[in-house]
Amino acid sequence: MADGQYVLEARSVMKIFGNHVALDKVDFGLRAGEVHALLGENGAGKSTLIKILTGAYQPDGGSIHVDDAAVSLDNPLHAQTFGIGTVYQEVNLLPNRSVAENLFLGHQPLRFGFVNFRKMEADARTLLANYDLHIDPASELGMHSVAVQQIVAIARAVQLSGKVLILDEPTASLDRNEVERLFEVVRGLKARGLAIIFITHFLDQVFAISDRVTVLRNGRLIDTRPLDALSRTDVVRLMLGKDIAFSGATDVEPSETPDEVLLEFKGFGRKRSVAPFDLTIHKGEVVGVAGLLGSGRTEVARIMFGADPADQGTVSINGKPTAIRRTTDAIKHGFGFCPEDRKAEGILGDLSVRENIVIALQGKLGWFKALNRDEQLEIAGKFGEAMDIRAASLDMPVKLLSGGNQQKVILSRWLATDPAFLILDEPTRGIDVGAHAEIVRTINRLRDEGMAMLVISSELDEVVAYSSRIVVMRDREMVAELRGKNINPGVIVQAIANHSDEAVA
Amino acid sequence: MKRSLRPLAATAVIFLIAYALSVAQFPGMLSTRVLGNFLTDNAFLGIAAVGMTFVIISGGIDLSVGAVIGFTGVLVAVLISWLGFHPLAAFAIALGVAALFGAAMGLTIHYLQVPSFIVTLAGMFLARGGASVITQDSVPINHEFYRTVSELIIRLPGGGRLSSIGLLMVAVFLLGALLAHRTRFGSYVYALGGNPVSALLMGVPVARTTVQIYMLSSVLAALAGIVFSLYTSAGYPLAAVGVELDAISAVVIGGTLLTGGYGFVLGTFVGVMLLGLVQTYIIFDGTLSSWWTKIVIGVLLFLFIVLQRIIFAASAPGEESPEKS
Repeated sequence: MADGQYVLEARSVMKIFGNHVALDKVDFGLRAGEVHALLGENGAGKSTLIKILTGAYQPDGGSIHVDDAAVSLDNPLHAQTFGIGTVYQEVNLLPNRSVAENLFLGHQPLRFGFVNFRKMEADARTLLANYDLHIDPASELGMHSVAVQQIVAIARAVQLSGKVLILDEPTASLDRNEVERLFEVVRGLKARGLAIIFITHFLDQVFAISDRVTVLRNGRLIDTRPLDALSRTDVVRLMLGKDIAFSGATDVEPSETPDEVLLEFKGFGRKRSVAPFDLTIHKGEVVGVAGLLGSGRTEVARIMFGADPADQGTVSINGKPTAIRRTTDAIKHGFGFCPEDRKAEGILGDLSVRENIVIALQGKLGWFKALNRDEQLEIAGKFGEAMDIRAASLDMPVKLLSGGNQQKVILSRWLATDPAFLILDEPTRGIDVGAHAEIVRTINRLRDEGMAMLVISSELDEVVAYSSRIVVMRDREMVAELRGKNINPGVIVQAIANHSDEAVA
Repeated sequence: MKRSLRPLAATAVIFLIAYALSVAQFPGMLSTRVLGNFLTDNAFLGIAAVGMTFVIISGGIDLSVGAVIGFTGVLVAVLISWLGFHPLAAFAIALGVAALFGAAMGLTIHYLQVPSFIVTLAGMFLARGGASVITQDSVPINHEFYRTVSELIIRLPGGGRLSSIGLLMVAVFLLGALLAHRTRFGSYVYALGGNPVSALLMGVPVARTTVQIYMLSSVLAALAGIVFSLYTSAGYPLAAVGVELDAISAVVIGGTLLTGGYGFVLGTFVGVMLLGLVQTYIIFDGTLSSWWTKIVIGVLLFLFIVLQRIIFAASAPGEESPEKS
């Protein structure tokens, strides 16, 4: 429909990798002055579409139109000349250079062939003022928070392209206030008439800022609709093609006589990290950890696992006092830890799925009991199937998998060691809805099988769904322990906000 | 103060203290003669170290520098003494050969995605082997031009002599500093060292810049070779063995981060001067084995790597605490 209403349009684009159709005749139209959310599960074709729109991939069929004129985009820089700019999830700027240079690299104002720093910094200051960002343009970019870096990235993209802005999961590593700040910027740009494509895994954010939504599934266009006519369930249904069941409340019976005690932490803490806390964890129990940004949730996990060893307090395992001074101690006692930052601390990107799964088990067995290839394949195959890991082959590098599948690989890695106690730090962060449901199901299954778990999550609905007990962190202190009826989002929020004396001890 | 300036400031302070202590022991070291010789004796090292600074800031390494110096010396000597070329023509040929050599290394590094360490190691063997194939012996250079150049000196009050090669080194440092800190090319070099993926997405011409960086390093190494031949009036295939390591030391001691992204050309100058100071001290002392130079350089290098680690780890902001959100 070439009625000129679209700034950027994809008309029945196709993309084929080998014999896999990644995009099957997808139409996509972007209007000026709108925020258009692009949603879809893993492998739906979201990132393929984005890569085609930014020129990183060439379509195998169909055409791309900018202002109704067919164009061919050779690469992201070429797309920039058509006014298409992109901001990626990981800030793709230079932390070692100044803010001003990051804004103008490649376009620095010159005088007599040399970079005119005074003009560049003045220009930077003016530019950033539009975004209500008042920082020293000469300061090193890396010294600023991720949110500020994101805004600088947006400023650069808008400044260089200025018609279409593609935001590829820009909020993945921001906290609530920072997200709000970023949204202010996006609203400002929308008011200036920019066309914005917004990709995220957070439905809340989609509803907070988007005007229209396009849903892809298995490489096909499902629908493009105005958002105000849709409910959350509608969107999820469009994405999955089915309803997913998220029970609102916990279905765990708070038994008065729980199973035997597995772990007992007494006065456990680490200076400048977590205040001493007492916590008892029983077998077959999921302890949820809730709290705001910087409340010490991750720190609790790290000292339990010995990644940052505790400097006070004691821990006993099965009633026997033990010391956990390093991670190998923890693993020896049957601990497992899936860290929050998958890419940096979890996966070994260049190793295969198989190797990533067996590595913790191999570490536990030690140097002299090498698992041969058949054993490795058997273990990896078993977990690959049980966890529904979607990889073309167990020998493909794990970095090529989607976030959700990577998370399943890390989970499998620890499950292969048959742990007694598993720590999961934000297991569902940044993964799609389908993989999310899979992981929640796995947590429930493991609990029923008698494994003890500590699960950290900022999604309250989710913590509530699987926890037998919830501890609440505030200001690096464990301030409340909730059980039974108290396990609901309302009480948690109250516990985070109130003082500890009101909470259930 | 910017944290990237701190290692440089530390080097400068250490240099001043070390120099003051040396002068306290040997007052003769505070003279224009010693200072002039500082520049002359380290000219070839300094020029090569400027090129090395660019390579290291971009996140690479160039191990071929010493071999290129040796090769250039032999090539220039053979062209002049055996084939009767005018020295200036010989210089032009040598610089051209080096430019092609550097471009080939840069192209290999970029297009084949081979670590610079390996490519320049191969380059080192090629250049050193090539020099030895041309001749096994030292080839003396007896040319009017060489005598003229060696007599081109500025006399300083106090008996010091500023030689033309010493001045050439200073000029190379100044031009290098301008290139690194005041041009788009310079900002691309830092961009590559900071994050090559981002650099590509931000529109840095990565291929061109990589090739240019290694061309620059090889051309400056060849210039260092020419200076070395002026200094010794000969070409010898085994000359300047290990100079690439001295150059790397000077660069790191001068405050450039070995992993790339941070550094200063003028910091390298201070680094070279500090190495020169150590040598001069040992000559003044007279009883110490010259191998003490290596030990002192080793200690300094170790100190500076630790110092940089502390500065950049203590104030790394992007990666605050494990709890990010």
